[in-house]
Amino acid sequence: MYWNEEIETISREELQKLQLERLKKSLEIAYTTPFYKTHFRKAGFKPSDLNTLDDIVKIPFTTKDDLRKAYPDGMLAVDKSKVIRMHASSGTTGTPTVVFHTKKDIDTWSDLMARSIYMAGIRNSDVFQNMMTYGLFTGGLGLHYGAERAGMMVIPASSGNTHRQIKLIQDFKVSVIHITPSYALHVADVLKNELNINASDLGIKYIIYGAEPTGDSTRKKIQELYKAQSFNCYGLSEMNGPGVGFECPYKTGLHIWEDNYYLEIINPETGEQVNDGETGELVLTTLMREGMPVIRYRTKDLTQVIVDKGCKCGRRHKRIKHIIGRSDDMMIVRGVNVFPSQIEHVLMRIPEVGTNYQIILDKDGHLDTMTVKVELYSKMFHGDLKELKAIQKKIEKELKDECMVSPKIILVEPGHLPPSMGKAVRVIDNRKMD
Amino acid sequence: MKVKQISIFIENKIGRLAEVTKVLSDVLVNIRALSLADTKDFGILRLIVDEPDKAQATLKNNGYTARETEVLAVEVPDRPGGLFEVLNTFEENKVNVEYMYAFAGKLEQSAIMIFRFDDVENALSSIKNTSLKILTHEELVKLV
Repeated sequence: MYWNEEIETISREELQKLQLERLKKSLEIAYTTPFYKTHFRKAGFKPSDLNTLDDIVKIPFTTKDDLRKAYPDGMLAVDKSKVIRMHASSGTTGTPTVVFHTKKDIDTWSDLMARSIYMAGIRNSDVFQNMMTYGLFTGGLGLHYGAERAGMMVIPASSGNTHRQIKLIQDFKVSVIHITPSYALHVADVLKNELNINASDLGIKYIIYGAEPTGDSTRKKIQELYKAQSFNCYGLSEMNGPGVGFECPYKTGLHIWEDNYYLEIINPETGEQVNDGETGELVLTTLMREGMPVIRYRTKDLTQVIVDKGCKCGRRHKRIKHIIGRSDDMMIVRGVNVFPSQIEHVLMRIPEVGTNYQIILDKDGHLDTMTVKVELYSKMFHGDLKELKAIQKKIEKELKDECMVSPKIILVEPGHLPPSMGKAVRVIDNRKMD
Repeated sequence: MKVKQISIFIENKIGRLAEVTKVLSDVLVNIRALSLADTKDFGILRLIVDEPDKAQATLKNNGYTARETEVLAVEVPDRPGGLFEVLNTFEENKVNVEYMYAFAGKLEQSAIMIFRFDDVENALSSIKNTSLKILTHEELVKLV
């Protein structure tokens, strides 16, 4: 039931001891890099100032922007000959953020990933199809190495080419897939509409999903379509990639592997730590990476630490809630904070509409307007205009109840919105900033 | 007695209506009557065609959201009070007209109207013992 029982069931006290020891080491390694030397000095901090875990608040945050400034190798902590791989996240603003890994780093990451997969109940007799993009993006290779480490046959299908994906799943009796939620929904649509096959007939037992913030209703929809268990995987390239947090079969949040990552939740405005159970921005520190430690990294992901009696699975690593959105995904519409995930959540429980949607923000004079385009589900069309208007009204009302903003709903023909493969881009903001 | 009408969901987008008619013209389906019900952003195009099954299949294959609905083609006497007579008959029988539109072809003494009722069976029985006439699909498409 455990991949590494000792570390997974470690007591909080022992875990904190381990964290302090590892954090100290991480800081020392970081301090050897040009970036952190300057960064720490500017804040008047030296690694020896940290005596307890609580002292971490003395350390300045690292932001995505800092990683860009350190491009290409300002945060590299080892000799280049020790680096065996780099990953980079595509920066929409131009400069990518780069992370370097030594052999030991890749090994640690793979083991962590295997630990996560094993926790879900997946074993070496399972066949694993990795439908996540390979390449610079960490989602593909991270799970690939982890699944291999756990002893599974891995089909490195990558994303796209849906018909080939389906054929591979059928021919090789795939039991586990790793996929983005939007692509999982797309594949189910293709199966139904083009091949007249139910997704549940594929025989997939486990779905590992990640890379996009996903609500419970999307997850439920995917589970119903595939009749499979699904496990949420959380990660980001700055913290290696997938495998930072993962769900156990009790699914009461994502266990963050605290032996590898130091977890904080902060108020994104003030930068101060918030209490467990309060929502804020997730801040993570690598505890085991030697090639490129990243200290107090602001993930921009909003979540909270779950407060209860502890998980029934016996693991003492803290759990966080599903990411509710990104602090930079957040739209401000008429002064109200709205997340695309909230809109998705509402649409998923309305059977008359499909799974693709698009949010368009405009200005009418000085006022923000929000338009949501959503595809009508063919089977729900009976040729009646009144019925369409009623659907429109219903979506409008439910969205208003959820977001506190009245949207305008436009029903579009099925297949008329861009299908989302990989990370879905669903918001078009036409508002001009003055 | 019932006539098949094709209802198509379309977005209010430049050229979308023309695209639908092109798709049907490519397979030589002839449109005999048409009505468009719309809101600002989307609408429903309703068609009576000579070959409804072929039209339906063609539209589906081209990615349109189309549905078949049953309507009645009723002869309306071409004189003052003619339409009133027809509507009155249905009203007396508590049949509700959801929408109606004119058919392009014409008989010598009467015009043809396409009716969509909330209850088509009730509509049929309510004209049984009256002088009102309805046309079959074959009769309808033969009209010039």
